[in-house]
Amino acid sequence: MAELKAGSRLKSAVCDTEVMVVMAPQGDVEVTCGGAPMVALGAEVPSGQTLSEDAAEGTQIGKRYVNEAADLELLCTKPGKGSFAAGGAPLTVKGAKPLPSSD
Amino acid sequence: MNLMMLLEMASSGFGERVAVTSAGRSLSYGDLLRASHRAKQTIEDAEVERVAMLDVSSLAVPIALFGSAWSGRPFAPLNYRLTADEVARLADQIAPALLITDAQRAPDLADLDGIQVVVRDEWIDAATSSQEAEFEPDWPMDPEEIAILLFTSGTTGAPKAAVLRHKHIVSYILGSVEFMGAAEEDAALMSVPPYHIAGMAAIASSVYAGRRIVQLPNFDAGDWLSLAREEKVTNAFVVPTMLQRIIAELEETLTPGEPADLGSVRALSYGGGKMPLPVIEKAMALFPTTDFTNAYGLTETSSTISVLTPDDHREAAASDDPAGRRRLVSVGRPLPSLEVQICDEDGKPVGVGERGEICVRGEQVSGEYLGRGSLLSEDGWFATRDGGSLDDEGYLFVEGRIDDVIVRGGENLSPGEIEDVLLEHEAVADAAVVGIPDEQWGEGVAAAIVLKAGASAGAEALQQWVKDHLRSSRVPQLIEFRDELPYNETGKLLRRQVRAELSGG
Repeated sequence: MAELKAGSRLKSAVCDTEVMVVMAPQGDVEVTCGGAPMVALGAEVPSGQTLSEDAAEGTQIGKRYVNEAADLELLCTKPGKGSFAAGGAPLTVKGAKPLPSSD
Repeated sequence: MNLMMLLEMASSGFGERVAVTSAGRSLSYGDLLRASHRAKQTIEDAEVERVAMLDVSSLAVPIALFGSAWSGRPFAPLNYRLTADEVARLADQIAPALLITDAQRAPDLADLDGIQVVVRDEWIDAATSSQEAEFEPDWPMDPEEIAILLFTSGTTGAPKAAVLRHKHIVSYILGSVEFMGAAEEDAALMSVPPYHIAGMAAIASSVYAGRRIVQLPNFDAGDWLSLAREEKVTNAFVVPTMLQRIIAELEETLTPGEPADLGSVRALSYGGGKMPLPVIEKAMALFPTTDFTNAYGLTETSSTISVLTPDDHREAAASDDPAGRRRLVSVGRPLPSLEVQICDEDGKPVGVGERGEICVRGEQVSGEYLGRGSLLSEDGWFATRDGGSLDDEGYLFVEGRIDDVIVRGGENLSPGEIEDVLLEHEAVADAAVVGIPDEQWGEGVAAAIVLKAGASAGAEALQQWVKDHLRSSRVPQLIEFRDELPYNETGKLLRRQVRAELSGG
């Protein structure tokens, strides 16, 4: 468990998924992918973990994933086979922004 | 958080798609990633603290933008119209730096202290010769790192550099662009210079959306139309003066009765300056199936803070109610990720419909200048120096720069209000209203007018027109006629020049 910082990058311990934290709540939060706690990009992945079948929906690059309280948001920067959860509850995909291109 | 993350994701998600086309040559996102890595190595070897560019658009721009981001150095695209002296003065603020420029200018800049000059074509060739396949994402992750420095012209004449950190640009992109939201056949024509915030933001947003950029280094309406056709461009961003010229060019080449056709261009967004009502009305009438978007923003806010969508345009144009119709000259509603407030001189919010200064707060707002710190208030609000108001449905109206207000006999007059009225006169093509010194009033109202081809109207008729539509205090005491008004390349009216001319200076 650790306090997450917006802008930090995490990777899954059991699949290829990588994320950037867009928004994080105060205090400690455990984010998992494929059932295993995510680790900082560049950190060592603890061995012996496997993808849990209960958390294998797959993640999509470019999609945002949020919790129910809407105070945790992850941007998937690399896709993988697992799916996200925080505090035990699965994260859901955030709807796309319907803005016209302006630049 | 770093701009490179956008390119990394693009390369990962759709690496084979074309990222940018310039003078017939294209780079895919994968190519751009490779070239940026090579550029990063070149920058590190040069042992500089910044990367600058004094050039029109080319493939060098995205390579330099992302290469700088990868190397953790700020990228400073400079106005290519600057003289060698002006560059020398800016050089102090950016040295030690790499300066990418064209072959003709390179020798003039060779002796600047702390500046290593690189010729653009060599920069492109060196970067694109890389065959490397594997990269570590070893760019700095600190969101506070400076991504871009954009020099804005100060009213005192000394340019100051707006500081845009990675956190500003990345949060703007993530808040307003859908990853891979563009279809493979989409293409965006960019004819604004790289030193304009829209030019920089366009690269970042197009990369993230997967929308091919087609560069037009020097705007010419005929070239714009040909390039749009050749490259099957679907989207474009223009400043209002460019749209006027494109329309004029199309009308010249049309045979009577023939409908005007923008070809594949189905979405036109504009910004960077005020869009005159007659121009947007004409554009919408000529191109009824085109989606128009007005994007209002500033360099200091990482570009767009408010958008008038295509639906907003159509609803306003079709509205029977004056308040609804008026929205066609608004800049739409603020982005959901931002807050906008209209404040009085004491910084207090004013009521709906009341005029004041436009203030904005949000993650994409920087409001910071190099060496001068942040202009954000304690609560994080940035005062834009633009006057405006909000209507009862949250539509934002921009009056003009507060500094352009004419103070006549203790009364504050908005040049924009008088210009709008003059533009409604059937003989007037363009109008600039400025304050000139006046013994009696302090400042008097003066106008420079451009008449439409074949039209005529005398100064007195125009004065009467203003009196009939506004109040007598708004009537220009001096009207001079011109063939055209002075605009810079980013579409901004050069008011100081008009003021100097009309003041007899």
